[in-house]
Order: sequence, then C-alpha cells, then structure tokens
Amino acid sequence: MTLMTKFLGAAAAVALTAGAALADPALIYDLGGKFDKSFNEAAYNGAERWAAETGGSYRDIEIQSEAQREQALRRFAENGFNPIITTGFAWSSVFDEVAPDYPDTKFVTIDGYSGAENVQSVAFSEHEGSYLVGMIAAMASESGTVGFVGGMDIPLIRKFACGYAQGAKAVNPDITVISNMTGTTPAAWNDPVKGSELANAQISQGADVIYAAAGGTGLGVLQTAADEDILSIGVDSNQNHLFPGKVLTSMLKRVDVAVYDAMTQGDGIAPGVRVMDLGADGVGYAMDDNNAELVSAEMSAAAEDAKAKIIAGEISVHDYTSDDSCPALSF
Amino acid sequence: MDKMPAWADAILVPLISLILAALLSSLVILGIGENPIDAFQQMVQGALMQSSGWGYTLYYATNFMFTGLCVAVAFHARLFNIGGEGQVALGGLGVALACLYIPWPHWSLALLGSGLAAALFGAAWAFVPAYLTAKRGSHIVITTIMFNFIAASLLNYVLVNVLRPTGAMDPATAKFPEATHLPSFQEMFSTAETVMFRGSPANISFFIAVAACCAVWALLWRTRLGYEIRAFGHSESAAKYAGINPVRITIIAMLISGALAGMMAINSTQGEAERLVLNASEGAGFIGIAVALMGRNHPFGIFLAALLFGFLYQGGAELAFWSGIPRELIVVIQALVILFTGALDNMVRMPLEKLFLAMRKGDA
Repeated sequence: MTLMTKFLGAAAAVALTAGAALADPALIYDLGGKFDKSFNEAAYNGAERWAAETGGSYRDIEIQSEAQREQALRRFAENGFNPIITTGFAWSSVFDEVAPDYPDTKFVTIDGYSGAENVQSVAFSEHEGSYLVGMIAAMASESGTVGFVGGMDIPLIRKFACGYAQGAKAVNPDITVISNMTGTTPAAWNDPVKGSELANAQISQGADVIYAAAGGTGLGVLQTAADEDILSIGVDSNQNHLFPGKVLTSMLKRVDVAVYDAMTQGDGIAPGVRVMDLGADGVGYAMDDNNAELVSAEMSAAAEDAKAKIIAGEISVHDYTSDDSCPALSF
Repeated sequence: MDKMPAWADAILVPLISLILAALLSSLVILGIGENPIDAFQQMVQGALMQSSGWGYTLYYATNFMFTGLCVAVAFHARLFNIGGEGQVALGGLGVALACLYIPWPHWSLALLGSGLAAALFGAAWAFVPAYLTAKRGSHIVITTIMFNFIAASLLNYVLVNVLRPTGAMDPATAKFPEATHLPSFQEMFSTAETVMFRGSPANISFFIAVAACCAVWALLWRTRLGYEIRAFGHSESAAKYAGINPVRITIIAMLISGALAGMMAINSTQGEAERLVLNASEGAGFIGIAVALMGRNHPFGIFLAALLFGFLYQGGAELAFWSGIPRELIVVIQALVILFTGALDNMVRMPLEKLFLAMRKGDA
C-alpha cells in the first residue's frame, strides 16, 4: 500500500511538470549505491533522521551512469524539488552547467565543488580526522608498523592516507606506515575479498593496526583484522560496533550532519564553501562502549590535545590534494 | 526447405523474445507490489513522449550502435570480440588527447581529428589480441576481456597521474576547449519559439553512428574485403583454400572492430561529458554484444536493437526517478531482455521453425 501511494505520488509529480512548487528536498547518491555501509549510507541516515524529526518527505535516487548526473539534477529541479543534494566528488563540472539554469533552486554538493551562485559545496577535512586516528594507531601499535588500506586510488583517498601517516609519525617518527590501494576502478569500493587479502599481506609485514578507508571493501579489512586478532580503524560512519573490541576507533566523516543540515535549512542554504573540519565537528574519531578498553585515557588525552591544537592552528596537517604530494608517505 | 522465411527470422523471433521478456518482467514487477502497466507507461512517457527523453534514448542508442557494430564485424569473421569496453576506453583517450593538445579552429575539424584518433586508438588496442590470435593461437575471448582490465588500469593511471588538472579531485581530464564542443540536438533542432531536446546529451555523433551502420553494411556485403571476412567466418579451411590469408583477415577484422568501438568515445567523451572521465564506456561495450546478437549481426538490425536498448536505458532511468521500483529491478528487466533475445534465442526459434515447416507441409 505504501509503495502504491509512493508510486502515485511520483506519477503526480511527473504530471505537474512546470511550476509546481513541491519544495521537497531531493537526495542523489553517487554510483557507489545507497547502502554501502559507509559514505552514501551516511547521507541516507541523515535524510532519514530529518524525515523522522520533521515528518517531511524527500525523494532519493541512485544514478546508474555518468550521463544521468545532469539528467537527474535537471529532472529534479524542473519538478520543483528544493534543495537538491548530491553525494560524491564527481559532480563538480555538472553543477557548473546545470545550476545557473535553475536560479530559484538551491543545490548542495558533498565532496564536490562548484562556484555557481546557488550551490553550497561541502568540503570535509578528512586529513585532520585521519591525523587523529593515525596518532591513536601509532600509540596502540606494539610492532611499530601500521597499515592503511584505501579503496580506489584517487586523490581523495590519498588525502586520508597522508593525514593518517602524518599523525602516526607525529607520535613515533620511526614508525613504518604501509599503504595499499584496493584498485583503480570504482569496483574497488566494494571488494571485501581483496580488502581481506591486503589486510593479510600487511599483517605479514608486521602491521598490527590497519586503517581502512575503502567503503564496502573496508568490511573485509575489519573482518580479517578481527580474525587475526589485530586492531582495525573504520571510516565515515562509526564502525566500532561491527567487531566490538577489535575496532580501535573509526574516523568519522559526518556526511549525515551535512545532509541533515541542508534539509533543515531548506531554501535558506548559504551558497559557497562550507568547511566541515575538526572545529565544526565535521570529522573526528568515534569513542563508545565498544572501544573504551582499547583507547586508554593517555591516548585519548593526546588525541584531544592534538585536536585542540589543529583547531587553534598550532598543528597544520598537510592536505594531499592541495599540491598532490605527501611529506609523510610516498605512493 | 528447412528454413523459415527471412522476415520471420529477422523480425518475428526477436519480437516474440521481447514479448516473453516483457511478460516475465511484468511478473517480477507484480511480485514487488507495483503495477507493470503503469511502469511501462512511465518508461514510454519518459523515453519517447518528450523530446528530451528522445535525446537521451538516442544518446544511448548511439553508443550501442558503435559497440554493436564492433561486435558484429568481428563476429562475421567468427571472432568474438568482447573487448569493446577497453577499446572504448582507449578511444576516449585518443579523443581527449586530440581535443586537448591540438588547437582546433572549428568543431567540424575537431570532429574529424578526434574521430580519427578514437578509431586509431581503439584499433591499436584491438591489434594486440588480434595478433596473438592470428599468430599464436591465443583465444580471442580471453585476450580481449583481459585487455579490458589492462585498459581500465592504463586509463586510471593516465587520468590520475598525467591528465588530471592539479588540485582536481575527480580522476578526469580538464574540460575540452570550447571550439571542440560538438553541436547537440538542442542546438541543432531548437527554434526561437520552442526548445527541443532540452538538456539532453544527444549530439551530432548520432548521425556518424548511422553512417557507420551504412558503411559497415557496404563493407561486409559490397566489397571484396567484406566477402573475405564473411568467407573466413563461415569456414576457415575453405577460405584458406580460396587463397584468403587467415592472419590478414583476423587482424583486419579486429582492427575495424576496435576502431568502431573506439569511435563510440566521440559520443560519450566529446559529445556528452566534454572531458574524459574514468568510466566513459558505462558498460556499453558489453551491451554491444546483446545488441549485435539481437540485431542478427546486420547493421540495420543493430540500428533497431540499439534504439530498443536506448529506450530501455532511458525508460529505466525514468522509472528509477519517479517510481518506487528500485534500481536493481531495472537491471533485472534489462537482463531479461538480453537473456531472451540473446541467450535463449533458440527457445523461440526452434518451435517457430517447426511451426513454419508444418504450415509449409500443409500447403504442399
């Protein structure tokens, strides 16, 4: 029944093509898919939280191909959805073309960037969050070797790895950081078997803490780390509960907050760049009952101290994407 | 007479397969509690009842025409080229290099140059598997599919490390210069009063695809080379006996096949994205196999099958936008069409053949 009503509602939306101001927000997921247990799912959770709290409704869609990016934006804008939120870094050039055609609609791009006047670009400081979990990893490591497993080999993931290596080396300058990427195609976001193999390879090289920034692939890393009785670090969402007592912490990237805020503000969204850094609680590390015993008071004190210093500008964490190079790690 | 009439073979068999696929899809849609008739209306409405929908349908059809022809040309020489994905990727690289590094004065010249580059790069990528097959007897299916992975890795390396503008997050090239932008259907067919094909990606390369269909037909059925390709495909030993060099034909057929796949990149890279993105082929290399199968490896059949698959792609997208039918189910529907028209072809053909034979006996 609910499906039927949804369908009828959708049909009505098609019927009212021009001028209808439904003013419901719309959310468009990137090619990775809605339920990836990490990035896109965080956006979905934010939207669901907004819907539950306000009783409002929103429409969401998973695109299937590159050509659909522009199509999805235009179709939603033409049908009066506002604001329209997208996840993923690949939207930038699409917004430059589409957004000026719909000046009354507000757009939000999470991880992307557009200079158009009605677009808010949400930028996360993943390197800062990764720096903190890198510190925690180095403090928890007994072997003096920590690992990083990335998803697809793109600058964004190198940014994670670079922040992580800097954090680890800030605690222990002699630490060895092993970094591997899962693959070079989008399939690398969802390959837990390969993630597991990479984790095993890093364990055999002596790694006893492994940070996975790899979407669905990361689940394989976390699983293998738990099986081999070493520690792992989750990403994007809080993944501590997946293997209680085995996941050291999770690097939080609050995509859900960005989506929730955008939907709450509605038409009042401020265009321009919104930086979600440590100071804005856009990134951070997860502490809960599942990892309370793993992270000692001393470790969290050091991390909190560094966090305060980063916010105050006393520690600056190098951002890989600013110049495509990393002082602490070579790729 | 053990054959059914040509019209039944070319039209009736695919049509019945299609209806069977549609019926089974309807059952699946019913199974998740949606109305299949409404869903079908939605697909037709979104893909065919408005000019922007046509714009997308024809855009996808252009891609599928190129990759369908690619599979068909190789298939006439009994070579199963499933490396369309990789050849498209390399064709895209050719287009990107031509557009970015040569200062074209006008789009028509840019189109010539990038089309040539796309064909050359696609053909070059098909050359290695072709050589290995012709000279070393490697299996073409294995080599071409492996070359898809190599192409994906190569493209990733080039995009991330060489062609990506500094500071950009997206593994893609910079935007092509204004002068290389191909005229879209919107620009070509809109008048001052009415905007046609608004925002849709269909562009002038559709006509190149249609021209390619005609050219492939002429090549295969009106030239000596085409005759040699077909003779080789029917029987290698007979072709050898007739003085046809198998190495030469294998390599030439694969080069043409790769060039056709590569030229798809004109549409997706220069026409639509106007920059080279990582996954520019969007699976069209594999859809091309289904298109060629359904089109009976004949250019006109491929033209029709490409239109059908374009409709399925665009209609499926509309379905995902506006109905509660999830994306996965749309893939199921598309897969059913491929299954029935491609793989389960004989399931329809054999009873139909028997039926025609029985009718003929009745006449006699």
